[in-house]
Amino acid sequence: MQEHDLSFVRVEMALAQSAPPSERGLGAWIRKNLIASTGDTILTIIGIVLVAMILPQVINWAFINAQWTGTDRTVCATVAQGGIQPDGWSGACWAFVNAKFGQFMFGRYPIEERWRPILVAILFVALLVPLLIPKVPRKGLNAILLFGALPVVAFILLVGGMFGLPLVETSLWGGLLVTLSLSFVGIAVSLPVGIVLALGRRSQMPIVKMLCIIFIETVRGIPLITVLFFASVMLPLFLPAGVSFDKFLRALIGVSLFAAAYMAEVIRGGLQAIPRGQYEGADSLGLGYWQKMGLIVMPQALKLVIPGIVNTFIGMFKDTSLVIVISMFDLLGVVKQNFSDANWATAQTARSGLVFAAFVFWLFCFGMSRYSMFTERRLDTSYKR
Amino acid sequence: MKHIAIGILGAAALGLVASAASAATLDDVKAKGFIQCGVSTGLAGFSAPDDKGDWQGIDADFCRAVAAAVFGDGTKVKFTPLSAKERFTALQSGEVDILSRNTTWTINRDTALGLNFVGVTYYDGQGFMINAKKLPGVNSALQLSGAAVCVQSGTTTELNLADYFKSNKMEYNPVVFEKLEEVNAAYDAGRCDVYTTDQSGLYGIRLTLGSPADHVVLPEIISKEPLGPAVRQGDDQWYHIVKWTYFALLQAEELGITKANVDEMKTSDNPEIKRVLGQEADTKIGTDLGVSNDWVVNIVKAVGNYGEMFERNVGSGSPLKIARGINALWTKGGLQYAPPIR
Repeated sequence: MQEHDLSFVRVEMALAQSAPPSERGLGAWIRKNLIASTGDTILTIIGIVLVAMILPQVINWAFINAQWTGTDRTVCATVAQGGIQPDGWSGACWAFVNAKFGQFMFGRYPIEERWRPILVAILFVALLVPLLIPKVPRKGLNAILLFGALPVVAFILLVGGMFGLPLVETSLWGGLLVTLSLSFVGIAVSLPVGIVLALGRRSQMPIVKMLCIIFIETVRGIPLITVLFFASVMLPLFLPAGVSFDKFLRALIGVSLFAAAYMAEVIRGGLQAIPRGQYEGADSLGLGYWQKMGLIVMPQALKLVIPGIVNTFIGMFKDTSLVIVISMFDLLGVVKQNFSDANWATAQTARSGLVFAAFVFWLFCFGMSRYSMFTERRLDTSYKR
Repeated sequence: MKHIAIGILGAAALGLVASAASAATLDDVKAKGFIQCGVSTGLAGFSAPDDKGDWQGIDADFCRAVAAAVFGDGTKVKFTPLSAKERFTALQSGEVDILSRNTTWTINRDTALGLNFVGVTYYDGQGFMINAKKLPGVNSALQLSGAAVCVQSGTTTELNLADYFKSNKMEYNPVVFEKLEEVNAAYDAGRCDVYTTDQSGLYGIRLTLGSPADHVVLPEIISKEPLGPAVRQGDDQWYHIVKWTYFALLQAEELGITKANVDEMKTSDNPEIKRVLGQEADTKIGTDLGVSNDWVVNIVKAVGNYGEMFERNVGSGSPLKIARGINALWTKGGLQYAPPIR
């Protein structure tokens, strides 16, 4: 018999209550994030004032006053500057970007042959996207196609001179085509070579170790611009007359070796972070050197240094602009080169062109950075706290 | 110091290979079917890419003229953009057949560097541009005492500027920048009253200013910058073809032969015109040079005469609107003069 209910024991769960009004909604968010203290409030006000000062002008310049189409400088110049715009007008000259868009993408690649780089780009995207999405099956085949077959197909298509395709010399290449092909080759070469170099540097074999150290330290010790410059100016003088080494190939080799040396050091950092116990564990299982590295050490080390690897990729992507010193014109180079076209010389031309180039670079770099964050989360096995 | 060191190194290296390039450029050019022409990486009016990516400008057109003389077709040219540092090596190593890249003719380049300049396609010189709003009433560089002058550092421009003001016993405040873009921005923002660089460049820069009408290019020229195409030493035939292409352009203008009327002119009664256009019986002028006898007709059909080339690229037909000035024919008070074609 239960005469006394133990009334102080609750039989049902207390219903979850919503947070108090002071902690809810927009007001609370503002209080917490924008005006939590006097310091915060001052910073918020400064921030708002700055945005209010800059943003309308940027929008005005980039969109409202901008000129999108036109055939020459008159659409982007005020009457006083010899154009058709009212005095005091200031807006982006997207007409310049529009007129030069083909050049910005392909450089001086012959117009009737431009379907070739476009086709390569389509193939590249078609192979890259499935490789980047974890759920899509057949990664092995996909990777072989992307890193094995695509370079061959791309070489045949872009250079030509066989299968009835007219030859397009690399000196005519330019724009985004150069930026992307340099970066893709650089990335595809630097990662495996970097891994080998990093392992070599930590090797027990003295000669291998020494060679790797010499290579890494030499390459890291010389600026890329110097190597490119010497390859372009001094190399032809030492080669017999008539023998010439394709400039684009020189740039490809230079950029790839450079990225490889930096990559090696990033990966070595990852290798050093793997506890000794992992190596010993692998040894005690009777794994050989390559099995130990391939199955135990590398997967952990590479995962640790994803931010460093992507950092190197992004750095290299932007470094490709240095090929301008050997008169190869990457995206930025082509944009700047076109500032010299008197037909488009206005006060707005350079600004618009540079903003466009910056935007394209940003798109690619931001994409790489986001993807690396996604990969980090996916591979996260809770080392993080 | 760095520039001097590179110069010495370059000169030494060039000396080693000065004779390496093969002699018969004409045969090479004919065998490959086009002329490889070294141009700048972009200079308004001289060599700059148009919307299609084709090179336009006086320097680019000059190469087309040579191609027209050799092949009868002005399109048989391939252009190689070259930086200032690369240009001489590229010519010397045979990478280009002609260097037509707004290059100043100097004795050092003609001798020690192993080049042969063929002539002066554009007489340039360092000039001044002023902001007429800030310096009202100034119409000569001699009135610039005390002015703030924007100039690019480490260039001969900077040295010429110092010499000019010193020799005229005037004071000035140099506002010095490393990069050309910085100089432009500073001048546009009003940090200095005067901008100095090569006069042809000043007209291009003026187009990019906020209010071009306020800026005036002063008449004085304080340095000699004769710009012209160059070829390798040691190949007289090729040198003559390029040189006489230049003279033919001038001769055509002098005789009033233009792109439009060249075909009518072939039947002209004027013996000189007939001779120049290769219409005389048994003429050997062209074949002696190593090209066809109607080479001048081909040149004019491809690019017009010198005057047309000038007006189209830098003169009244272009946004630059540079006056002929000393680049006019000798008959009109300029310096452009061609020996007779006979």
